[in-house]
Amino acid sequence: MARYSIGIDLGTTNSAVSYFDLSGTEARGREQTMLPIPQVTALGTVEEKLLLPSFLYLPNRDEFPPGSVGLPSDPKRSEFVVGEFARKHGSKVPTRLVSSAKSWLCHPGVDRQSPILPWQAPPDVQRVSPLAASAHYLRHLREAWDARYPNEPFAEQEIVLTVPASFDASARELTLTAAQQAGLPNVTLLEEPQAAFYAWTEQMGERFRKQVQPGDVVLVIDVGGGTSDFSLIAVTENNGEVQLTRVAVGDHILLGGDNMDLALAHTVNQKLTAAGKKIDAWQFNALTFACRSAKEQMYADASLAQVSLAIPGRGSSLIGGTISATLTRDELTRVLTDGFFPPTAVTELPQVSRRTGLAQMALPYAQDAGVTRHLAAFLTRQAHALAAAHDAPVKVEGRAFVHPTAVLFNGGVFRAAPLKNRVLEVINRWLAADGGKPVKDLEGAELDLAVARGAAYYGWARHGHGLRIRGGTARAYYVGVEAAMLAVPGMEPPIKALCVAPFGMEEGTQADVPPQEFGLVVGEPTRFRFFSSSVRRDDVVGDMIDDPTSGDEFEEVAPIETTLPAKGGHEAGSLVPVNLQAAVTEIGTLELRCLERTGADQWKLELNVRMKE
Amino acid sequence: MAFACFSRTLSSSTFASQVAPLLQGGAAPTPASVAPSAPTPKPVAPVVVAPPAPAPAKAEASALTALALLQREGRLIDFLQEDVAAFSDAEIGAAARVVHAGSRKVLAQYVTLEPVLKEPDGATVTVRAGFDAQRIRLTGNIAGQPPFRGTLKHHGWFATETRFPVVSETLDPRVLAPAEIEL
Repeated sequence: MARYSIGIDLGTTNSAVSYFDLSGTEARGREQTMLPIPQVTALGTVEEKLLLPSFLYLPNRDEFPPGSVGLPSDPKRSEFVVGEFARKHGSKVPTRLVSSAKSWLCHPGVDRQSPILPWQAPPDVQRVSPLAASAHYLRHLREAWDARYPNEPFAEQEIVLTVPASFDASARELTLTAAQQAGLPNVTLLEEPQAAFYAWTEQMGERFRKQVQPGDVVLVIDVGGGTSDFSLIAVTENNGEVQLTRVAVGDHILLGGDNMDLALAHTVNQKLTAAGKKIDAWQFNALTFACRSAKEQMYADASLAQVSLAIPGRGSSLIGGTISATLTRDELTRVLTDGFFPPTAVTELPQVSRRTGLAQMALPYAQDAGVTRHLAAFLTRQAHALAAAHDAPVKVEGRAFVHPTAVLFNGGVFRAAPLKNRVLEVINRWLAADGGKPVKDLEGAELDLAVARGAAYYGWARHGHGLRIRGGTARAYYVGVEAAMLAVPGMEPPIKALCVAPFGMEEGTQADVPPQEFGLVVGEPTRFRFFSSSVRRDDVVGDMIDDPTSGDEFEEVAPIETTLPAKGGHEAGSLVPVNLQAAVTEIGTLELRCLERTGADQWKLELNVRMKE
Repeated sequence: MAFACFSRTLSSSTFASQVAPLLQGGAAPTPASVAPSAPTPKPVAPVVVAPPAPAPAKAEASALTALALLQREGRLIDFLQEDVAAFSDAEIGAAARVVHAGSRKVLAQYVTLEPVLKEPDGATVTVRAGFDAQRIRLTGNIAGQPPFRGTLKHHGWFATETRFPVVSETLDPRVLAPAEIEL
């Protein structure tokens, strides 16, 4: 048996590793161990930090002195740098910096396995795919561990790797592939909001049963540097035993702390421009950092009415080149507290304007910056979904939205107490208007490290200690089937969605799709369109739903492509009738297989992650 | 290398004749140019090779590294090199904020600082016999023997712990900040 349970938080901005000694019988308690990660922080300087910034810098051949960006384990390395120095130096040379690889990993509109990052890099840069970048970070973490514990190889431990709850099947599959490329063949996936909840239960110990009881609905709000992720966990009772069930997840919203710092920087910059002072891109970067620390100061100390900002010039004349500015509390409240957490009614949903004309191809950043509006949309949408489901674990009748009874905050943004309080205020106002009671704030701690810690704890918990969160898949999955129709020139035949994996399908189970008239042609590539839904809870395997492309219940995932190899008895060009089977693996991924109807052959369908047309 | 040269000089006259010119500061002649039977060797024009500047001693390297760190994070050298006479207090103050923010971060990260004496400035303190003369400096009316009573004017600073990063020896510590060129 492996000695350690390891939790890896592969974050958009920062990654971390926590570990749990499985040979002990007691819980870790207060001492929740994190791995110090050596990384290049400056030329010729390697330091250990608990966080590894998820940044990859691809230097020009002549840029750095030889050996100055190596690690003790690889002193001559020069083709890439991972971590703190990559982040710092990359801000000065953005075209050679790979950042937010994780957000690209779940972007269905690009080919995630082809070398596209850094986005819009010049031709001499040796680009990498989002998959390869993620593998780089995981490999770096593995090497850091192996250097420290050479007798307990990383690849042989029980590894739990976290993913956003909103990651669909193909993004999860890619995460797993990245782990394999990094030399980690046995990895289990865990949703980040669940990991945060596990970290909280570990921190509380047995006291957690006093904090949440059957009937409670916990809303996990995770706002990190680049993303916002919401989840609902219901506490129920089954034969006298307390049970935790993950009931719903929200969309992957590209909105986070980085947006907030940028918004402040833009506000201050407008004042500077109005005063006739112009700053360049480098200084704007410095201004963003200054705003971040000013924000932290003002949120921590309510008596400060404003903070002075000093934006240094780039030249050696520091005093002559420094520009002064101020950030006032009014601006902080207006732009951040009110701008990102507006006290809206639960009926006010995010504004999505239609993108007309040419739009630059990039990450699908959220158009509406109001986190509370996104939260309202999540709770309202899930209420409709649960109302339509026949065995909803949460009561929703007569309610406009799902009523949480407790809130768990996660992510660096909520280190600012006023932001937490604003969110609680807004939720309580919604509840009061809808006949509900105020929520309880589950005090989490160490908001940057909770996900890694919770993942390591989960690795221990699934050996039979502690409570596990059930839930199965967070979405239902469907395969697109073209209706058999007379061909009409210029008109695409209408498509239906065939359910292959129902909502909440448990890990370690499989489902046979009732026989359809499917056949695959041997030797020729076949394509299926692939859909998912996070709100349709009642569809069972085999249900056919009309018109999945209209309305907003379905999201199209990357299409599935497969080519049946000509083997044993199947000649190229022959049509083989098949049945579909879906399986959710123990590690948390979805597998789709084609089973030969008359025979024993089966083929696994790759959840193709190439560009959808 | 020193011992190898020593023993070879003793045992081999060829080697000794090769080494001799080096002692006189000239270029080392290649083995082919030394003809053992030549009665009068041709005078070899001394090749001037500028010796590489000696690398700073280890202690200086770490001091230079500390300066480089304060320049990189706090722009301290830029600040100190500038002539403050030409600027107003407000302008200097604004730049001081930059230096303060960055340099403070360096101290917080790499050094744990504590006051030598925990009492607040202005408090009356007693200095006992056998006091550590390096940690405590007496001023004013010093007469007689300890114990002395006086007013604490400055609580002193002591570095209880240092965690400065190790910089690779392949880098020249004299480069406190590289020139930055934007392409």
